[in-house]
Amino acid sequence: MKNIIKITTPLDAKKIVKLKTGDFVNITGNIYGARDAAHKRFFELIEKGKRLPIDLKGQIIFYAGPTPTKPRHSCGSVGPTTSYRMDPYTPTLLNKGLKGMIGKGFRSPEVIKSIKKNKAVYFAAVGGVAALIARSVKKSEVIAYEDLEAEAIYRFYVEDFPVIVAIDSTGNNLYETEPLKYIK
Amino acid sequence: MREIKANQIKNKVKELFLKANFYINPDLMQRLKKALVEENSPIGRYVLKMIIENNKIASREEVPICQDTGLAVVFVEVGQEVHLVDGDFTEAINQGVKEAYQEGYLRKSVVDDPVFERKNTKTNTPAIIYTDIVPGDKIKFMVMPKGFGSENMSAIAMLKPADGEKGIVDFVVETVKKAGPNPCPPTIIGVGIGGTIDKAMVIAKKAIVRKINQPNKNPKFAALEKEILTKINNLGIGPAGLGGNITSLAVHIDYLPTHIAGMPVAVNVCCHAARHAEGIL
Repeated sequence: MKNIIKITTPLDAKKIVKLKTGDFVNITGNIYGARDAAHKRFFELIEKGKRLPIDLKGQIIFYAGPTPTKPRHSCGSVGPTTSYRMDPYTPTLLNKGLKGMIGKGFRSPEVIKSIKKNKAVYFAAVGGVAALIARSVKKSEVIAYEDLEAEAIYRFYVEDFPVIVAIDSTGNNLYETEPLKYIK
Repeated sequence: MREIKANQIKNKVKELFLKANFYINPDLMQRLKKALVEENSPIGRYVLKMIIENNKIASREEVPICQDTGLAVVFVEVGQEVHLVDGDFTEAINQGVKEAYQEGYLRKSVVDDPVFERKNTKTNTPAIIYTDIVPGDKIKFMVMPKGFGSENMSAIAMLKPADGEKGIVDFVVETVKKAGPNPCPPTIIGVGIGGTIDKAMVIAKKAIVRKINQPNKNPKFAALEKEILTKINNLGIGPAGLGGNITSLAVHIDYLPTHIAGMPVAVNVCCHAARHAEGIL
């Protein structure tokens, strides 16, 4: 197993270019939870030339909607949702300064192209291990679009959130390269 | 006739949804541990260790295994000697779902209309309910909080009788291949063959909840399950889709008589967090 690289948010190009596909990374800092409905709203606001409720510059979006927080817990169970549903909106957000995404699964060729162009990074978190991931979330709050319920925008303060670099800033894609080694 | 109160149904459904969301079934936990031994990829083993650890945390702390606590699917077998009193059957089930999701801190993931407003119903209802009338005076429930990462990767094909076994194997393997990392592998693959287009998918869904790797009673179908599982695990997708030789934990086939002109094949994909719980009133 490779060494774990520790990074803090927000991200910049200097931090991102060092990350290579397959690297194990622990993230510390604020990240933003947004999924399907919030992405649709972001996209519509940008198209109308209006301001977003959060400044995306250098930030990481975690494709996630947690379960409600139990008393005496800092966050409910939380893990990545499947990323491809956000693909139609992603290049627009990357052009607005978004630098990182945490999700699971394939991305479209357009998204990969935009990741390269914008020197961004796509991290894979393990799906379905939400009780475990919740342990690295120290603080969780809804900061916008409360009406979307489970799909509201969250700010999570995370410490050593475990992820793997799936698509790096040069466009290498772990979801393509790694399975090839195990095909029979 | 045996009287069963609507309130009893509500309480049972509530209890089962809480149980299903916090506790992974022992047969699945055993299978995951076996997968950890069988997996060749270091990343794959890392993912499997996380999954096993996660399931232990969830049961110990009574927190949801996955944040996608699912669309509430309920299979009910109602004994024909049962007389339901003091309420409405469907309402009692939905009330049980609502209370489980509210009191258990489970995520409400249902939107009212699927196209236009997509407004959250805030109760995780309505549930998807399948009812069979059976002999006897009991009611049997099988609840299944179904996550949509895997539901979205499911597929159906109306194959020709001439497509035969090979057509079935190719279609199921191709469906899993296309899904890649998306449905949270290692998955459980429910396959329904025969019946009508709709019934094929219902039996595929029900096949998921069978005890892991308990083969179909018909040896020909059991052999088909084995063949498909081997081919799936040769795809290289692996745990979390990050490479490896354990892409699926099990393939469960169920089948029904069908029309002379057809061979419906339904594939219902389920993530490694294959949650379900059973109870009887």
